[in-house]
Order: sequence, then C-alpha cells, then structure tokens
Amino acid sequence: MSLRKFITNKTTAALAVLLTVFANTSAFAQDAAAAAAPKAVDMGEVYKSVIFYVLVFLAICLFIAIVGKAIRVYELSREAQGKPVGINWNRVHASLFALFLVLGLYGVYWEYTVHGAMLLPDAASIHGERIDKMFNLTLIITTIVFVVTHILLFGFSYVYKYSAKRKAYYYPHNNTIEKIWTIVPALVLTVLVLMGFLTWRSIFFKVEDPNNKPLQIEVTSEQFKWSIRYPGADGVVGNKNYKLTTATNPLGIDFKDLNSRDDEMADEMVIPVNKPVRLILTSKDVIHSFYMPHFRVQLNTVPGMRTVFEFTPTITTREMQEKTNDPNFKYLFYCAKICGSGHWNMQKDVRVVSEKEYAEWIAKQKTYLNDDLRKQFNLPVAPAPVKSVADSTAKDTTAVKTNQMALNK
Amino acid sequence: MSTIAIHDDHNHDHHDHGHHKETLISKYIFSMDHKMIAKQFLITGIIMAVIAMALSILFRIQLAWPDKNFPFLETFLGKWAEGGRIKPDFYLALVTIHGTIMVFFVLTAGLSGTFSNLLIPLQIGARDMASPFLNMLSYWFFFMACVIMMSSFFIQTGPASGGWTVYPPLSAIPTAIPGSGLGMTLWLVSMVLFVASSLMGGINYVSTILNMRTKGMDLWKMPLTIWAFFLTAILGILSFPVLVAGVVLLVFDRSFGTSFYLSDIVMGTNILPNEGGSPILWQHLFWFLGHPEVYIVIMPALGISSEVISVNARKPIFGYHAMVYSLIGITVLSFIVWGHHMFVTGMNPLLGGVFMITTLIIAVPSAVKTFNYLATLWRGNIRFTPAMLFAIGLVSFFISGGLTGIFLGNASLDINLHDTYFVVAHFHLVMGSAAIFGMLAGVYHWYPKMFGRMMNAKLGYLHFWLTFIAAYLVFFPLHFLGLDGVPRRYYAFTEFEFMKKWLTVNVFVTWAAILAALAQVAFLFNFFYSIYKGKKATQNPWESNTLEWTAPVEHLHGNWPGEIPTVYRWPYDYSKPGHDADFIPQTVPFSQTMSSNLPHDFEGNEEAEKIQQDWELANPVAENKG
Repeated sequence: MSLRKFITNKTTAALAVLLTVFANTSAFAQDAAAAAAPKAVDMGEVYKSVIFYVLVFLAICLFIAIVGKAIRVYELSREAQGKPVGINWNRVHASLFALFLVLGLYGVYWEYTVHGAMLLPDAASIHGERIDKMFNLTLIITTIVFVVTHILLFGFSYVYKYSAKRKAYYYPHNNTIEKIWTIVPALVLTVLVLMGFLTWRSIFFKVEDPNNKPLQIEVTSEQFKWSIRYPGADGVVGNKNYKLTTATNPLGIDFKDLNSRDDEMADEMVIPVNKPVRLILTSKDVIHSFYMPHFRVQLNTVPGMRTVFEFTPTITTREMQEKTNDPNFKYLFYCAKICGSGHWNMQKDVRVVSEKEYAEWIAKQKTYLNDDLRKQFNLPVAPAPVKSVADSTAKDTTAVKTNQMALNK
Repeated sequence: MSTIAIHDDHNHDHHDHGHHKETLISKYIFSMDHKMIAKQFLITGIIMAVIAMALSILFRIQLAWPDKNFPFLETFLGKWAEGGRIKPDFYLALVTIHGTIMVFFVLTAGLSGTFSNLLIPLQIGARDMASPFLNMLSYWFFFMACVIMMSSFFIQTGPASGGWTVYPPLSAIPTAIPGSGLGMTLWLVSMVLFVASSLMGGINYVSTILNMRTKGMDLWKMPLTIWAFFLTAILGILSFPVLVAGVVLLVFDRSFGTSFYLSDIVMGTNILPNEGGSPILWQHLFWFLGHPEVYIVIMPALGISSEVISVNARKPIFGYHAMVYSLIGITVLSFIVWGHHMFVTGMNPLLGGVFMITTLIIAVPSAVKTFNYLATLWRGNIRFTPAMLFAIGLVSFFISGGLTGIFLGNASLDINLHDTYFVVAHFHLVMGSAAIFGMLAGVYHWYPKMFGRMMNAKLGYLHFWLTFIAAYLVFFPLHFLGLDGVPRRYYAFTEFEFMKKWLTVNVFVTWAAILAALAQVAFLFNFFYSIYKGKKATQNPWESNTLEWTAPVEHLHGNWPGEIPTVYRWPYDYSKPGHDADFIPQTVPFSQTMSSNLPHDFEGNEEAEKIQQDWELANPVAENKG
C-alpha cells in the first residue's frame, strides 16, 4: 500500500529535516557557549504552543520506529547467519516483571511513607477513633495480601518464563488447596465484617445518656452554601416546611412552632468539646453531602428527608493546631456529593472549643426570627431585651418565655 | 493432530462458500454474521474509548493547572472553555460523559459485545448466533446510543453533567445545572437504546450457549470465556430492565411533571410543586443495575484472562470448577450488594449493616479466582505474548483494586471514604484498568481470528509496559488524596488550604495520564495497520485447544466448512504428561491420546476406563507418568 511509501519517503525526509534542525541548533548552542555566556532565550511561548508538543511526540514516534527497525535488522541478520534468535523476549519480559516488582514495592513503600504522612490527622471524635482502628487493621491485612500476592504473581512470571527444554507441570486442581484458600479469606473477612458491623452499630445505634444530652444542630444545604441553625435555649430545633420558603425566610422555618422562635443562625459551626452533637441534615434543592473528615463524619443531605448523624468531638481546634504543628489548622465541613457547578467550593469552618468559650459564643448569635418574620407570621413584635435576659440566666427565662408563649397561644 | 485440522488445511483454499450473494451493505454494514458484528462492536468501542480518554485528558489538564490558560482548549471547545480555561459546568459534563462512555459503551458493549459475539459461536461450535437478526439490531441500537450520546456535545446547554450515576434531583431539574436540560434528555434516550441493545445481545448469548453447542460440548467442557460471557449475559438480562424502569420514571419526572424522585424542593426561592417522591428511590433502582454492572464489566475480562493465561502458561487453568463456581457466586451475590453504594445516603443504617455483610462475602469468590490464577502460573512455561502480558496486568490490577474494595465495602470505613478520590482510585483499578486490560488481552489474542493477521508483537510490548506503568502512576497516588478527604468531582483544589499540598501530585498524575493516552497510539496504529499489513496468521497461532482455532483462517458464513467438529475433552489439556505436543485440542478424541489419558478424564464411564486399563497393560511404558 501507499502507506508504507508515505512513511518511508515523507518520514525520512521529515527525519532529515528534524535532524538537521537539531544538529544546527545544538551546533549553534555549542558555538554560543564557546563564544561567550549563553543568551537566555525565552521559551515560554514555545512551550505553550500545541505544535511544539505534537512535534515532540512525532519525534518520539520516529525514534521508536527507528529502534524497532534496528531490532528487526538485528534479528534478521542473526537469522541469516543461522544463529539463535537475537532477543529472547520471554527473558526480557520476565526480567522486566522482576524489576517492576522491586521498583513497584519500593514505590509503594515510598507512597506509604511520603504521601501516607500527608493525610488527615488522627480522628477528632470518639467514633472516629474506632473507625481509625478498623482502618488500620484493614490496612495491615490488605497490605500483607497485596505484597505477598504481587511477589507471587511477578515472581512466578520471572521464574517460570518460557524455556523450550521444559514442559509445564500438568496440575489441573487440588481440592485441599482450594478449600484452604476459600476458607482462609472467608475467616479473615468474617473478622473484618464482624468488627465493621460492631463499629457501624456503635455509630448509628446509640443509647442516649440522659445526663449528657446531645446538642442539636441543623445544617441545611443548597446550591452552593450551607446554613446552620442552632436550637436556642430550649435545645430543640423547630419545625421547617419548605412551602414557607421566602426571600426573608430562606430555610422555610415554621415559626408557628414554638421551638423555632429561639433558633439561632451562625456563620460557622462552633461546638463544645466532649459533648455529643446531633447533626440534623436537610437539603433545599439537590442532594449534597455533609462531609467533615476530621471527625470521620459524612452523611448525604437529601431534599424531603431528615438525616441524622451523632458524634462527640474530642479535640479542640487549639489542641489540634498544637498536635499538627500548624497554627493555621482549622476544621472544615464541605460538600462531597456532586451538586452542580459550585460543588468544588462549598465549605464552612468548624471550631471545637471549651464549654465556656462555647457559652460565650452562642450568646452572641442572632435568632432567625426577626421583626419582618414576626409580621409575616402574625406574631407580636417582641421587645428587644428578652434576648439579653435569656443570655444571663438561660434556663429559667426560657421556661418563663415558653410558658408565656404557650399562654399566648 | 485432529482429522478436522488436516481437513481444513487442505480444503479452505478451494472452498467457495457463496450460496448467497453478499453486497457491501450486507457484508460490512447490516451484517448478520457474528464475526462481523463482533468487529463492528470492537471498532465502535475503540472509537468511543479514544473519545472518553480524550475527555479524561481534558479534565486532567484542568485539575493539574487550574490557574493556567490553554488557548487550544478554546479553539476546540469554544464557549465551554472561554479564555482557554474549562468552565466548572463543562468540567462536570466531561466527568459525566467520560464515566458513561467508559462504563457502558466501552466496557459493556465494547467488551461483551465484541468477545461474546466473536467467541460464543466459535468456541461452542455453532454456525452463528441463535438470532443473527437480533444480533444485528443489537449493534445498531448500540451505535444509535453512541451517536445520541455524542450529539449532546453539539447542543446549546451541553451534555448531561450530574455524574455518570445521574442522581436526581440534580439530573431532574434543568435549573440545577445546564447539563440537566436537553443534554440529560439525550442521555436518557441514549441509555434506553443502549439497554435495549444489551438485552438483545444478552438474550442471544444465553440462548446460543444453551441451545447451540456442538456435539460433545457439555456445560463442563466449555472454556471459561464462555462461562463468563454466559453469566454476564444473565446478569445483564436480569438487571438492565431495572435501569430502564428507573430511567423511564426519571423521564416522567423531567418531562411530564410526575414526582417519583422529587419532593420538598426549593430552587432559590422557587418552590417546586413536586411532592411525595424520594431521590433515594433512584439510587436503589440505579444501583440495582449499577452494581451488577461492574461485574458485567469485569467478568468477561476475567474469562478472557483465564483463557489467555492458561494458553500462554501452557498449563491447565487451576481449579476449573472452582473458577466456574466462583463466577456463579459472584453473579448471585452481585444482586444483593447494591446498597454499599448508599451507606451514607441516609438509607436506614440497619440496611447498611446487611449490605456490608453481603459485600464483603463477595470478596471470597474474587480471592479464589486470584489464587487460582497464581496457581496456574506456578510451574508453568510462560510465553509472554502481548495478550499474556495484559492478562498478568489484569491480575495485578484486580488484586490492587480488589483489596481497596475491602475498605469501601466496610460501611464504617466508607463514612470517611465515600465520594473521595479513594473511590476513584479503587474502581479505576479494579473495573477500569483491569477490564480494559482484559479487553486488550482479548484483542491481542483473538486478533488473528478476527482479521486473519497478526498484530505486531513488539509494539504490543511497548503498549503494555507504558500502559501498565502509567496506569499505576495515575491511580496509586489518588488513594492518598482520598484518605486525606479530597472529594471527587471537584473542579479545582484551589479553594481549600489543605488540598494545596496535592497540587503537585495532580500535575504528576496528569502527566502520567498523558503518557498512558499516548501509549494507546502504539495500539491504535498497530491495530489498524495490521488489519491490512499485518503478518498473515496461521490457523492456530497460539497452539490453543479451543474450538475457534479449528475453524479456517478465512471467514466463512457458518464458520466451519463441512461438519461442525465434535468435542471430546475439556479445553485445558496443556502439557499433559504422556503426550508429545504440549496441547491437545478439544476435538481430539481420547482414543488418539491413549498415552496421556488419566482416570479422571472418563468421568466414571466404566467401559472407557476398562479400555484404557487394557491399553495401559499392553503398553507398560506409559505407566510412569505424573
């Protein structure tokens, strides 16, 4: 076919041109170097152009073609001289597999030590520590299996490469061996399943401690931001109804529900250390995922559905900054479920603080209920001081407040 | 050698099989010949794979250099890459279409469609598929699905961009993302056509295997390739209709105002009227197909590698029965593990626990298969043909990717790994790279059967080593991004302080991906060049036992001139002691191999055993065999 002609004539011509260019440039370069200090040429534009890379690629192809032809010529000449085949490819590949094994294992070691050191710090929650233990156990088992099977795979490839003198060992089956390597993985997996199952249960099926009731925090996702709602003094996040959503009430909070009236908004999530937090997750528009990796917390937020995740933070932000030796360290939560064009930047800060700091911070937060909304819901426009009183002696006043409201109703 | 092989060697030159005239259209376009349809599937699959690979390079460029401009991108993509920078919407479209093409069009249709079509009739000894017409329709439905999917690149709002799993409400509400407009409609139409294609193919494969095996080919004499295609087809037939059901409901939600998946939705302040549906329903329906789907992808690859490894290790596959039973185990279990994709969707945690148990059980048959491959290599006499290299690569990827599955299948570990790069790394190794390597092994191995010519082995070597190394360089580091909590499908890592340390890794991964992509040029050149210029193939170039190599090199409609050969033995009699050659084709009766027969071969047939005993008494030399 004409393809071959095309390749031989045109490509040799191209090769010649390339070679000349290359020779010339290098010659010039040598001249220049010999003459005086080399002039810095700005190659930035060249590196940006597509044609440069295409040419580089074609040159590589050409190089490979030349090497291929050289090998062919070598083999043909061996054949013509009646000598044994030039290159024993089986041996080449066997050796390459052995080399790949060695370099690969080193690469894995390098990855484990270098990239493995760049990962998330230790879990900052009670259940997270259990997850980490589970993870480490799984990692140890799988790494052993990974290394052993790869040594066998590439080792066998190396040792049992083709030889005309040898015949393979006819060994179609061995029921005992097969039973062993069915039962052993099954047993190992049983252990992992059992431990995983117990860990999973301990995360999602918690018995509530009446003395340490969880702090409720509601998080609502929408394209592409999060809204946080604290329960206020009554400790209960009030009802929502998406049909009530307006520009002034973006979350659709139902202020007819008494529990809603003291709910507070926040720009960041601040949580007291060692106190259980119950996250109530909802979504306004599409599915998002509430992902807070430092605490090993993730749950999707689904429109039309409340999902709940309970966890207890154990390390304050400040302690973590010391632990990681990074004064800028901060906890985060962000979106992990594809949700649209802003998916990649949908985050909020999390701060874990002492009980005292938390009390100070929460006192400063504003309620969702404002005068506009009071009008909308036909509620009396409450006098401003109520809030400040509530701050100082939270419990009593709330009780009074709720009573009053109950009476009003 | 068998009588049939001799017969073929002498006769095919003069054979004229022209009992009905073939025109260009009936031969190359609307062909009903399974071999031609296989080639159509393969070439379409390769083209789709190249497209999907190009898409992946585009988004890899964005990830590696998020703050640089590439003017050539604007040349190609126009408004989707204004100023030479890909837009976030289009980035998601790229990710979505890359996934859809690779999973469905390349690794389902391109893999099953090619090798089931080519090998089922040839390896079980049939003249063609049970229904050649349905087979032809299957290809053309697939082709239309491809065209419609690609057409979404040429519309105003761009292709679907909700991820390949197209979770509603994102995929159901056009205002949520531009891709959920017309692009998503095209995606759904394309998928319906694709499922129709898969079903027509699958029903054909199952009925052909069950009804059209040649004389002597009982189920336990079928090569593992056929077992894999058979079980894959059953999986597809049982799970794909569920996807269609899901897709139809989504079409209703999108176009006719129903609320199967939608409820309580407010876009900005616009309250949607839908009430009563649940987005989780889609996930159940999707993953009821979606999880079997990953086995639809990997099982044919495992079948192909079983065959290739056995042939090239010159050794019977170790534990043939165990291989079949583990395939059956995977098939059955794969229907009850779909929930492991939904551990953190808010599905009842109790279900999460159950799905974790079923998911980790499925690792057992997978482990058995891996160990059996290793045992097959042990004390083999390994010929490193390009196909064998790719099969060994498959085993390596299957191990690496399979092991990370043990992390993800564990519900409590999945909490922190879900939707991160760990998942990306996991499935790209175990079902992406492994299945692609299975497919490439198949292409290199059966190329002589498809085109009557050999591919260039040295280019194959180059292709293998570059791809193998590059694939590990791409996917191994990605695990660590996931472990650091970097979510997948992020347009850029620039807005998070902690992700900045991964930017250099991203650059490295992108270069490795470019290397992998360029390595495919070696394959593409080799593939298309060898169709016309490759070395002419002999009838049985790999000295293999299976039936397809007893058919003449020239393609005949009907596969074998004269009678279809009869099968006497299993397909893995390689290096059997007592026999002079290191392979005994399935068509050789035991009466011709008295010196190598084993008591096990007769499966309790007392008369045959007695004949063998008598012969052994008469020929005592043959006694001392292993």
